[in-house]
Amino acid sequence: MRTIETGEITRNIREMCIEANHFLSADMKQALSQAVQVEESPIGQQILGQLQDNLKIAGQDMIPICQDTGMTVVFLEIGQDVYLTGENLTDAVNEGVRQGYVEGYLRKSVVRDPLIRENTKDNTPAVIHSEIVPGEQVKITVAPKGFGSENMSRVFMLKPADGIEGVKDAILSAVKDAGPNACPPMVVGVGIGGTFEKCALMAKHALTRPLAESSDIPYVRELEKEMLHRINQTGIGPGGLGGTTTALAVNIETYPTHIAGLPVAVNICCHVNRHAVRVL
Amino acid sequence: MEQHIKAPLDRETAKQLRAGDYVYITGTIYTARDAAHKRMYEALEQGEPLPMEMEGNVIYYMGPSPAREGRPIGSAGPTTASRMDKYAPSLLDLGLVGMIGKGKRSQAVQEAIVRNGAVYFAAVGGAGALLAGSIKASEVIAYDDLGTEAIRRLEVEDFPVIVVIDSEGRNLYETAIKEYCKL
Repeated sequence: MRTIETGEITRNIREMCIEANHFLSADMKQALSQAVQVEESPIGQQILGQLQDNLKIAGQDMIPICQDTGMTVVFLEIGQDVYLTGENLTDAVNEGVRQGYVEGYLRKSVVRDPLIRENTKDNTPAVIHSEIVPGEQVKITVAPKGFGSENMSRVFMLKPADGIEGVKDAILSAVKDAGPNACPPMVVGVGIGGTFEKCALMAKHALTRPLAESSDIPYVRELEKEMLHRINQTGIGPGGLGGTTTALAVNIETYPTHIAGLPVAVNICCHVNRHAVRVL
Repeated sequence: MEQHIKAPLDRETAKQLRAGDYVYITGTIYTARDAAHKRMYEALEQGEPLPMEMEGNVIYYMGPSPAREGRPIGSAGPTTASRMDKYAPSLLDLGLVGMIGKGKRSQAVQEAIVRNGAVYFAAVGGAGALLAGSIKASEVIAYDDLGTEAIRRLEVEDFPVIVVIDSEGRNLYETAIKEYCKL
């Protein structure tokens, strides 16, 4: 049994909100700099070059990489041998988001009610997904999600008979519809199986997976590779202005599903695929 | 082709711009996004005046992050333009000449661009730190209560954009994608 004070979670989340909005993870930076080398379109090369400059300025001058500093998605993996003390966990997470966004000069993009639309002025509440896992650690992933790409994400309730071809068509149609709106080059998170909400959650979680890693399941790994290749043949390119770099990665998660269903969720993220990860 | 233009801009200048041109804008432009457009639209429906002149002006679809001390603005890249499609034709018919955003536009907006000899520019989405460097001054002129969605007057210097839809209806998103499509 290990005791963790929730104030420690608040402090970490505050820092992680600021970190994620100013610095991309090493794998994202590497993928973007590799893309400049292989992009065929001159306009695409120019845009990828500007994205490199943008990352440099963001880190040096502490200006957020993108003005849309997102709705804050927080994944918590809480070890079952951890005893949390202090303020309740949800409040502690939201307090970290509040401090990070207010003190870190991040944009407040959250409205209290989806139809009344009054800004909460501190970017809370976060969207929190917690899971109890074995062990005595707490793993925190903070993933601020921009809505240019979130708006282009889709859930497809396919039929079992649609099979893998149906899944491929679903992914490709979501990406083609997204086009320039989602700020390509994108990262494409896909969830296959489970239920309506489970596949969406897997698609979101897949966006936090390091780009160099692929699925453990051989056929899924092949599917990731094939879909990345096909997405890069759409011609959408950087900024949607034509080119051969439309996506940097396709990350797929799967889960058992019902005999009657084949749910597929496609969560699209722009090239500012932000996530900060810490283990307490 | 590379072009340097001044804003506000006249229709003759707008008509010389071609889809695919790299354009650098210097002068005064205005920001407005979802909530500000909704308010302007409601003002028009009630016969009330708009917070700024439309004639000859350029609207940048953008809501910045807060400025740090001593800086005019925070991160300042474009937002998705299609959310303003419902409102844009009315503003174009009132004289708005340029729009800066990112992403596709509706048929109705495309027609209003051609009808009025206007232009739709894209700035690079997700490059808000870089684009902030071309913004020299920023002042909220209306709807202050909307926070990041307030209307701001910006002074810009060589603000970099690309013409996506020109006054004759050419659309770079459509032509450029075809050129590289291998499916």
